[in-house]
Amino acid sequence: MTKPWDVTSEHLLRELAPQVLGAVARRFRDFSSAEDAVQEAMIAAFTQWPQEGVPENPRGWLIQVASRRMTDLVRSEIARRQRETTVARDVEIVEPTVDIESDMDPDDTLILLFMCCHPALTSSSAIAMTLRAVGGLTTTEIANAFLVPEATMAQRISRAKQSIKTSGVPFRLPSAHERAERLPAVLHVLYLIFNEGYASSTGAHLQRLDLAREAIRLTRCAKALLPGDAEVAGLLALMLLTDARRAARTGPDEELIPLNKQDRTLWDRAEISEGIEHLTTALSKGSVGLYQLQAAVAAVHDEAARTEDTDWPQILALYDLLKRVSPSPMVTLNHAIAAAMVHGPSKGLELLKTLDTDDRLAGHYRLDAVRAHLLEMVGDCESAIKHYRIAASRTTSIPEQNYLMTQAARLAER
Amino acid sequence: MKYILMMNTMRAGHGVPAWAQKDLQAHIAFMIGLNQELRQSGELVSAEGLSFPDQAKLVRAGKDGVGITDGVFPESKEFLAGYWIVDVDSPERAYAIAAKASAAPGPGGAPLNMPIEVRPIMSGPPPEML
Repeated sequence: MTKPWDVTSEHLLRELAPQVLGAVARRFRDFSSAEDAVQEAMIAAFTQWPQEGVPENPRGWLIQVASRRMTDLVRSEIARRQRETTVARDVEIVEPTVDIESDMDPDDTLILLFMCCHPALTSSSAIAMTLRAVGGLTTTEIANAFLVPEATMAQRISRAKQSIKTSGVPFRLPSAHERAERLPAVLHVLYLIFNEGYASSTGAHLQRLDLAREAIRLTRCAKALLPGDAEVAGLLALMLLTDARRAARTGPDEELIPLNKQDRTLWDRAEISEGIEHLTTALSKGSVGLYQLQAAVAAVHDEAARTEDTDWPQILALYDLLKRVSPSPMVTLNHAIAAAMVHGPSKGLELLKTLDTDDRLAGHYRLDAVRAHLLEMVGDCESAIKHYRIAASRTTSIPEQNYLMTQAARLAER
Repeated sequence: MKYILMMNTMRAGHGVPAWAQKDLQAHIAFMIGLNQELRQSGELVSAEGLSFPDQAKLVRAGKDGVGITDGVFPESKEFLAGYWIVDVDSPERAYAIAAKASAAPGPGGAPLNMPIEVRPIMSGPPPEML
């Protein structure tokens, strides 16, 4: 008995991927091979299910296919060793059995998330591992999303698995203490996936995998697994409240439209209310962190029906808090913008001076872009043009560069 | 972050270098090895070698839009010989790969120390920073 393939099937398949991987990895005590085997089972499902229908027990189907693959791998490993040493080693062959299903643990997805966002990995490796092992995406999809060849992505994943193996991390849930310590790294990886969704969402690649959506899905999943954590909820809120503005963020020619010029009727109301709901619950828990505060800023913007209705004093207060909770030059920069909106551009320009000597921001286009904007506000057009142009030459984003060059040209023609 | 590493060779207009067979083989093996290494590290996006300068033409549209073709000017001092596009975690890593490529062995096995131009590749919109 099968069920016809529809939109929910793909979602189901992706959700099952980490659960199946957890069960197979535990049974065969080999994460790296289990991950390859589950990937093959996923590819088989993506090929067969849309045509033949979704099996009655999709989980059992995936486990069966992955286990069979594991057995093949173990057999060929034994054969290889025999060829090499002519001594048979005691490698255990586990025949695929239905009772692997009883090995499933609801915490497996969480275990995998912590494993893939392991501090031993570089962020690009952690991102790739998370999307494949937790997100249930295929190497082809991930490679396309990052515009690199499939072989390169496959190699990146295999090296990441090697690093995980060398780090000796066991396949179990980290202790509560460890979890608290490593959660920021997990959230950071999810946040990077979300941002990558923006950076790579140029028109020519619209058919590519939507990484922002994928990041939201994974963060939703993390939130369900860590219901008590306010920062996970804060991150989900931040993503939703940012993503809600997506349709208004670019014009017909892919040009960037800044927040104050966006058509607010294009904002996704459902995403905004959901984001605000998560944020409100998170804030009531009392442990305010980086993501909740950023989400709160996004919420203040999203709640303003018109640009001129924006509650800047509230945003300034939030950046004051952010400067204390999680100081960084980028926060100082945003704080200066909020201060300029409340106390006038001269105040903002004065605050920017403290960043001129900060090496972490030296040469970053955004400092010049903000300075240009504030200089324009005080009426110093000549200096504004100069800084718009410096910013344009420093950004590595084409839409941002086009935007900044256009601003300089607009002022020069006045 | 993606970077392009552009390898320039000196003395455009000259054809195939007249190196000893051993040196030529060492150079070719080095380049193949470097590409292999970048593929295995999961960093290679693409790598291409370009034909020798005597195959190059400069094309410019004339008044009627028809191309006017010209040879490459022999006085150009440097010539793009090939490039790599890599996807790496930091600019420092891109510079390190470039330095390695720059020191490819030349005549007598001595490093060529070719100039390699490293430039970031532009991307889509930046993340929203409020």
